[in-house]
Amino acid sequence: MLGLSKKDLTFLLIVAVLTLCAPFLLNPFPTDSAMAQFNAGYPDLMQRFVIFGIFAIGFNILFGLTGYLSFGHAAFLGVGSYSAVWMFKLLSMNVLPAILLSMIIAGLFSVLIGFVSLRRSGIYFSILTLAFAQMSFNLAYSVLTPITNGETGLQLTLDDPRVLGQSATPQGGIPVTSLFGIEMRATHELAVGGWTFQFNAGYYLCAIVMILAFYVALRIFRSPFGLMLRAVKSNQNRLNYTGLNPKPYTLAAFVISGVYAGLAGGLLASMDPLAGAERMQWTASGEVVLMTILGGAGTMIGPVLGAGFIKYFENIFSKINDTVLHQWFAFMPDGMEDFFVFLLHPFVGKGWHLTLGILFMLVVTFLPGGLVEGGQRIARLLRRERTDSNDRPDPEHHPRETPHVAE
Amino acid sequence: MGILEVKGVNKRFGGLQALGDVNLSVAENTVHAIIGPNGAGKSTLLNCLVGKLIPDTGSVMFDGQSVLGRTPYEINQMGISRVFQTPEIFGDLTVFENMVIPAFAKRDGAFRMHAFESVANEKDICIMAEQMLVDVNMQDKMHMHSASLSRGDKRRLEMAMCLLQEPRLLLLDEPTAGMARADTNNTIDLLKEIKQKRDITIAIIEHDMHVVFSLADRITVLAQGTPLVEDVPENIRGNPKVREAYLGEAA
Repeated sequence: MLGLSKKDLTFLLIVAVLTLCAPFLLNPFPTDSAMAQFNAGYPDLMQRFVIFGIFAIGFNILFGLTGYLSFGHAAFLGVGSYSAVWMFKLLSMNVLPAILLSMIIAGLFSVLIGFVSLRRSGIYFSILTLAFAQMSFNLAYSVLTPITNGETGLQLTLDDPRVLGQSATPQGGIPVTSLFGIEMRATHELAVGGWTFQFNAGYYLCAIVMILAFYVALRIFRSPFGLMLRAVKSNQNRLNYTGLNPKPYTLAAFVISGVYAGLAGGLLASMDPLAGAERMQWTASGEVVLMTILGGAGTMIGPVLGAGFIKYFENIFSKINDTVLHQWFAFMPDGMEDFFVFLLHPFVGKGWHLTLGILFMLVVTFLPGGLVEGGQRIARLLRRERTDSNDRPDPEHHPRETPHVAE
Repeated sequence: MGILEVKGVNKRFGGLQALGDVNLSVAENTVHAIIGPNGAGKSTLLNCLVGKLIPDTGSVMFDGQSVLGRTPYEINQMGISRVFQTPEIFGDLTVFENMVIPAFAKRDGAFRMHAFESVANEKDICIMAEQMLVDVNMQDKMHMHSASLSRGDKRRLEMAMCLLQEPRLLLLDEPTAGMARADTNNTIDLLKEIKQKRDITIAIIEHDMHVVFSLADRITVLAQGTPLVEDVPENIRGNPKVREAYLGEAA
């Protein structure tokens, strides 16, 4: 069904169900319990999970399949955001045209950057993309102020000449983004026992878009085109001598991932209609590389996991400050309490980058295939225990089966 | 008029004349061996045929069309396939996926944006790939990672990938280099079998005289960038000029 094998279809369904049930799954702790601060089920963060998931899925089509490491993908995200905000300013507060325009503009932009950057490969390609992204960032930050509003960032104002729709609400406020009347910020709260679950219209729009994006990526992975991209990564020389031209394949992959980034940027602006140059900065480009590698480059679900992981750390770990730590260790004698707080202090709050860095190092060193490989190893261990060790094939002398790309 | 006509090809790398006025004519449906001592310019000549190098002067015509100035993939699409000295395969892919790629190249050309079809649904391609694996007796290794194949099997796979495209000219660059005697004999048998089964022209560069004399219909001896002799194997064997080129004047 849907042009997928049975295995892939099950996989897609699992991802869809998990995404749609996220408001429950990410809120495991009752609202007034001490653990409630580890809950991630609030709209703002959930939106970020899926939007950066889309960004990473697209990045993975380029990096995971062709091996071309782009250090400038945030530029497309930023371009997408700016396009979407302009659409809100000029056309209407409906998110649909805004998202479409951000994909188109990011796509055009990536044709341009991709065409030039793909003349080189390896480290030179990475540096070229980085240079283009920094160029875009600096242009947005200063030179192109009339379009980007410089360092303040592009925002909606009360006198935007909106063609379809009003410039301001009757109450004198700035209208909010919506999808055919459904406001993106609309949130339905459901209280069950001690738990409060929040269902946000914006999140569900992003979630559905992510499931679609995931489905498209899955189809690309299984297609002849996807196979050619993996062949580019494996041996470009052989590809050339097999009568295939690697250039259009890599450019197509670059543009597809650029469109994904533009889509993510458009969604970001749809949830919160402002766009700033910092979205294009090189740290933002580096972040998506980290997400993809942390989750598992070249796997289907890895980038989404990586994106969730990093955004969780950024938003949850960074909120644990000394006061919270003191509360945790309050049961200890005073000296010990201070000692433990002192010990943990560098790793939480503002130091969350340190925890993430250590984690990243551990993953890259011990699990080169990312979190997905970790999951696979655990699954293999469990399976081995169940099937008993009687006729276990000699792992050293058994031809290695190819790991399925989707796992 | 041969299927491959090389006329007056010169190639110079700085002060080194790698190829000096090379003329070569390979007749259709023959096995033509190019031999010569190290540094004779065999690989340079081969690289000029597949578009990796462009000769300084001269012409290379394949089936009446010039190959000069064309990229390797364009030349491949014209019908020339090349097997490398060290097997060049897609090491990250399975044996089957390795075979599927040339099948797509043959059917769809140098580029096609087939991003939404599934490889598994391309029945004709899959059958073509499987059939070729049966032909070279590798069907049991179909789902293996091609990087974990033995060297001999990698070579076999690479040759199968080239044959799948049904090239009109197959270029082999020392196909038995570094192989054990048994593997060398297997390769000879494989090539003989290929030759029997289909109309194909093979140009082969080889050091191993056993391989050359078991396969070649004609032999060109290259020395210091120029063809010394071109003849049938029987006459090459006893030719004093060839001995001289290989062993030096003292011999």
